[in-house]
Amino acid sequence: MNTVTVEATQLTRVYGGREVVRDVSFNLNKGEVLGFLGPNGAGKSTTMRMLTGNLAPTSGSVKICGIDMIENPKAAKALIGYLPEQPPLYRELTVDEFLTVAARLHKVKASHIKKAVQVAKERCGLTDMSKRLIENLSKGYQQRVGIAQAIIHNPMVVILDEPTVGLDPIQIRDIRALIKELGGEHSVILSTHILPEVEMICDHVQIIHKGDLVFNGSIDVLRQQRHGNKLLLGLSNPPANEELLKIPGVVSIDPLPNGLLRVRHAEGQMPAEALVQAAVSNGWGLHQINPDQTTLEEVFVQLTFQELAA
Amino acid sequence: MIINIARKELKSLFASPMGWVILALLQFVFGTFFLLGIDQYFQTMSGAIRPEQRVGVTEFVGHNVFSIASFVMLFAVPLLSMRLISEERRQQTLTFLFSAPLSLTEIVLGKFVGLVSFLTIVILLMASMVSSLNLWAELDFGYIFANVLGLWFLVASFSALGIYVSSLTHQPVVAGIITFVALFALLLLDHFFAGDPSSTMAYLSLMRHFEPFSRGLLDTRDFAYFLLFIITFLTLTVRRLDADRLRG
Repeated sequence: MNTVTVEATQLTRVYGGREVVRDVSFNLNKGEVLGFLGPNGAGKSTTMRMLTGNLAPTSGSVKICGIDMIENPKAAKALIGYLPEQPPLYRELTVDEFLTVAARLHKVKASHIKKAVQVAKERCGLTDMSKRLIENLSKGYQQRVGIAQAIIHNPMVVILDEPTVGLDPIQIRDIRALIKELGGEHSVILSTHILPEVEMICDHVQIIHKGDLVFNGSIDVLRQQRHGNKLLLGLSNPPANEELLKIPGVVSIDPLPNGLLRVRHAEGQMPAEALVQAAVSNGWGLHQINPDQTTLEEVFVQLTFQELAA
Repeated sequence: MIINIARKELKSLFASPMGWVILALLQFVFGTFFLLGIDQYFQTMSGAIRPEQRVGVTEFVGHNVFSIASFVMLFAVPLLSMRLISEERRQQTLTFLFSAPLSLTEIVLGKFVGLVSFLTIVILLMASMVSSLNLWAELDFGYIFANVLGLWFLVASFSALGIYVSSLTHQPVVAGIITFVALFALLLLDHFFAGDPSSTMAYLSLMRHFEPFSRGLLDTRDFAYFLLFIITFLTLTVRRLDADRLRG
């Protein structure tokens, strides 16, 4: 059975008469990873600040595991680990000292603090940095300390605002693995504008644009849009379009500016084999055939653009 | 929880040279005035022949040290309090506290307790220095106790005001300067309204309520004044932080 960990209902936030976030509602179940996508200034961070109780929503409510954030903030906050956009670090402390403070403030039992700090460090690859001052760490390591403080009390919900910013590719891979691992037992919400990242680690995606939720659904739905029923075909001496349309399954042909042909085919029918055979027997000079994937970027642009046009 | 925040504040103070430097400087100033007091005591008293001119060593030296202490704290407290909230705001670490399962009151009280415990260390060091005279003379410990208590309430009030001002701005230096000016004004109100002792404005002066303590007099009215002063500014700080959450 799924248990709802985060329940946001019609969150709205008004800044000086301007609605920065408008009627955002969603549910998140235990063990799911939710990706928050959106261009700059779309309202991702504002939504996250409302979810974590750092900002009071103008209207709407947030419930963490059934506990209302506004009515009972202390109990609700105890279930959340939050990494804001700028990692909140006391630079004058060492990594160990800071994580101990974080554990204490999050009400980790005194006898477990040492263990919790150790586990958080191991998970974030900070074991060699224990005695270093946070001030002297590189941006990537500071980011890791930020993630470590968010997971130190083993919260039900982990909320990460752009967790992979400023990391090198290897660190990004580690952090992604960590987030996937976290998704097993916790719920994770993360915001990013790196689209492939979302595809790699998230189960659910939300696209927010100018304060509105324009897409909310499983990553599979997005994938489907991506891997539409299309093939890219490269022919050196292409025949007339009618010839191609005769092949069973082919629905339409669009020539592309780079000389390739985009072949749309019917759902469930794969005309690739027939196309290759026809190309060979008729001497069309086939040099390329592969499924045409719309990049996530295109889907993203489509979705946010639709909103503009509407 | 309040204790945990206080511990964090103390750790931050002692993790940077700031805490140690201030501790050392204050001790140096108090030590100097202590020494001068003793020196002057012998000079003055050897000239005072009639009994009514004579003052006890506790009062003479104690007054010397404690009156300078109240003045020095006027500089020291803004220096320490200015960072408390404004620095967290600038470094964006306030989010860390806001996201933890803590109420705003706990955060503010924790910071207050942290700063006041640091200042208590200063006061206790000073008190033990004055008490060391007991090895050679008989001291009036009641007088010292009243002074220590008065000074403690005074610096606690300074701290409460300092924390409030610190919550208003992003710039520690601005907070420091405003705190200093406000405290200075509150201390000097007494002088401005010296002509009219019953004036309400003069009654608000911090100095006027510290003065009975420094004579060794414990008056509930002064306790009430200091307590109200502290509670008022801490409440204002909580309100100010709450406004952060509401207005963003």
